[in-house]
Amino acid sequence: MNQLQNFTKGFFKENPILVLVLGTCPTLATTSSSLNGLGMGIATTFVLVGSNVVISLLSSLIPDKVRIPAFIVVIASFVTVVDLVMQAYVPGLYEKLGIFIPLIVVNCIVLGRAEAFASKNSVLSSFIDGMGMGLGFTMALGVLGAFREIAGSGAIFGYKFIKGDGILVFILAPGAFFALGYLIALVNRIRKT
Amino acid sequence: MEYILIIISAVFINNIVLAQFLGICPFLGVSSKVNTALGMAGAVTFVLVLATMVTYLVQTYILNKLGIAFMQTITFILIIAALVQMVEIILKKISQPLYQALGIFLPLITTNCAVLGVAILVIKKDYNLLEGVVFGASNAIGFGLALIILAGIREQLELADVPKGMKGVPVSLVIAGILALAFMGFTGIVK
Repeated sequence: MNQLQNFTKGFFKENPILVLVLGTCPTLATTSSSLNGLGMGIATTFVLVGSNVVISLLSSLIPDKVRIPAFIVVIASFVTVVDLVMQAYVPGLYEKLGIFIPLIVVNCIVLGRAEAFASKNSVLSSFIDGMGMGLGFTMALGVLGAFREIAGSGAIFGYKFIKGDGILVFILAPGAFFALGYLIALVNRIRKT
Repeated sequence: MEYILIIISAVFINNIVLAQFLGICPFLGVSSKVNTALGMAGAVTFVLVLATMVTYLVQTYILNKLGIAFMQTITFILIIAALVQMVEIILKKISQPLYQALGIFLPLITTNCAVLGVAILVIKKDYNLLEGVVFGASNAIGFGLALIILAGIREQLELADVPKGMKGVPVSLVIAGILALAFMGFTGIVK
């Protein structure tokens, strides 16, 4: 596999949310608006790239039996960094994303890539893999967030283009489930034909 | 009275799965049969209550005392991982039937964001130890409730004719959405 394929697989063929269905909790919780979704995506991408690089550097030093706890410690360190940086520089977004920032630790995508890819591949491939997967995740969150924001409040990136309210349910919890369900169904449909 | 409020609000109004979006992976993953759903709910209850207790004590008496509260994420996830391992080993020794029932679900719980999520929420909400344990237990009940309802519906769904693209995850998500709508009816019971 060349590096370009390695980079682009995260967007469609192996999109972590739409195809692999990993990391659904932050997907549902943080996409009530497009900005929140993108913010969460970028934070996760940073953790994903950082932990992929460090784990592929350390993979020959970590004994096989304790690799999972070791991976988790590396990931948790990056999450702590993101947590503190966001608290300092984007307090508004940090407040909105709430406990889902520390919960990046238990996002299956991050540990999944560490175990399935970074521990077996070179530093450069791991970096590109993390970048591709992270941006694929961000893209899915952005699309879902934009859809929910347009349908739910008639706005995009905070700019309102209709008068009055939208279909409120799309901003509330049930709308998250509906939107993601139909988005995955749509992707399934396109992939099979 | 306070405890009853905590219980009702955690089980029905702010249901951990349907309103807070925690623990969606096991919610979708092990909800195809009612029996496995019951096993998972039992295992989560066990670990969640224990984890809430231990993480609360560690936060109050170690992290806060030493002024290293920023180590919360790393400490909590390690505590939960160790706890799950310990519970697994102890169960295997003392109660074979319980181990058979819960055993295969235990390793999955480490990456269940409901456990870490509740542990962090207890600290954020400034509960004391007893309130924290009640909060943890009622969240576990809420998780079990949502899981078992979904499993019941999905068992019936095996006979239904679902469109091709909707099979599996998408249809479960749509059902979860309808359940979430139903649970929104509880909003306003407790202010």
